Amino acid sequence: MHQYHLEKAVEDKSKSPEVTSEEAPAATEEARANEENTSEEVAEETPDEIKLETAPADFRFPTTNQTRHCFTRYIEYHRCVAAKGDEAPECDKFSKFYRSLCPGEWVDRWNEQRENGTFPGPL
Amino acid sequence: MIVLKWLFLTISPCDAAEPWQLGSQDAATPIMQGIIDLHHDIFFFLILILVFVLWILVRALWHFHYKENAIPQRIVHGTTIEILRTIFPSLISMFIAIPSFALLYSMDEVVVDPAITIKAIGHQWYWTYEYSDYNSSDEQSLTFDSYMIPEEDLELGQSRLLEVDNRVVVPAKTHLRIIVTSADVPHSWAVPSSGVKCDAVPGRLNQISILVQREGVYYGQCSEICGTNHAFTPIVVEAVPRKDYGSRVSNQLIPQTGEA
Repeated sequence: MHQYHLEKAVEDKSKSPEVTSEEAPAATEEARANEENTSEEVAEETPDEIKLETAPADFRFPTTNQTRHCFTRYIEYHRCVAAKGDEAPECDKFSKFYRSLCPGEWVDRWNEQRENGTFPGPL
Repeated sequence: MIVLKWLFLTISPCDAAEPWQLGSQDAATPIMQGIIDLHHDIFFFLILILVFVLWILVRALWHFHYKENAIPQRIVHGTTIEILRTIFPSLISMFIAIPSFALLYSMDEVVVDPAITIKAIGHQWYWTYEYSDYNSSDEQSLTFDSYMIPEEDLELGQSRLLEVDNRVVVPAKTHLRIIVTSADVPHSWAVPSSGVKCDAVPGRLNQISILVQREGVYYGQCSEICGTNHAFTPIVVEAVPRKDYGSRVSNQLIPQTGEA
């Protein structure tokens, strides 16, 4: 009975829009871990305690060189926004990923290039 | 030796290089533990070979001394010894190579999804660190520069050429992804007790994943010659408990968001 409830809960979570099937197990696990952490800490800490969360390991980029990982996430975000509109919640995770991976200087330069229409990537 | 220790180690640095140090620094990550273990494994064979070769050498010099034995034996072929001296060295190199490759590839492997990403960006001559996991726009980001503390500003107990003004604070017992890159010339981000040395190449992002197993302050230095102040570009990693890390980051983020 207990088992069933647990599975149900996980299922519900993985259906939420932010989590894709690709990283569902890791994300739900992390979410659960974070729930446990925050539930203990909320009492003593500020309510907006940060979540330790970052771009997951991506099987497309298994090597030390992560340059394309950053670039791809940046492109994915802008393609997502182009397809689904500026405020689409399903694009948020891509923005989090590329911000985690790319140096701020690179992002600034790419943003500038996009404004000028000289961005080299496939948008 | 004790006198030497008293002379040089009046202040004992925790995870930094020591004067007259011969071995590695204490391991803080599984990677470094693996490196130390591999070193010891290989040293076993190294000593074995050294003793054997020296023994053969001394024995040959002794027995075939020109006064002792003017005409040496003229053996040109011996099947048994040739088989032995082919098989044993290959076995030995196998025993060295297998754990070596196992370690090499496991160091690159990202086993679990990291919990935080820290970007270390090399500059002439300081490191910039970016924590941008918690950003909600491209502009705001927890970014700071880490400069060496000049000799005249050092306080008692601080290490010369190693201390910095802003340390990289990371949570202990957490999987970290460190993205290393450079903004000008090649640098190298190295922390010996973490077993990490990663080249910082402009235009490229190199990833290393580490898991610091104990809280502490770990010292390292830029390890790729990067110009005049190359020697004055240290790296200091401070591993704190996970909870303290969380509150530290949120404390630093709140004033930022307040301004914006």
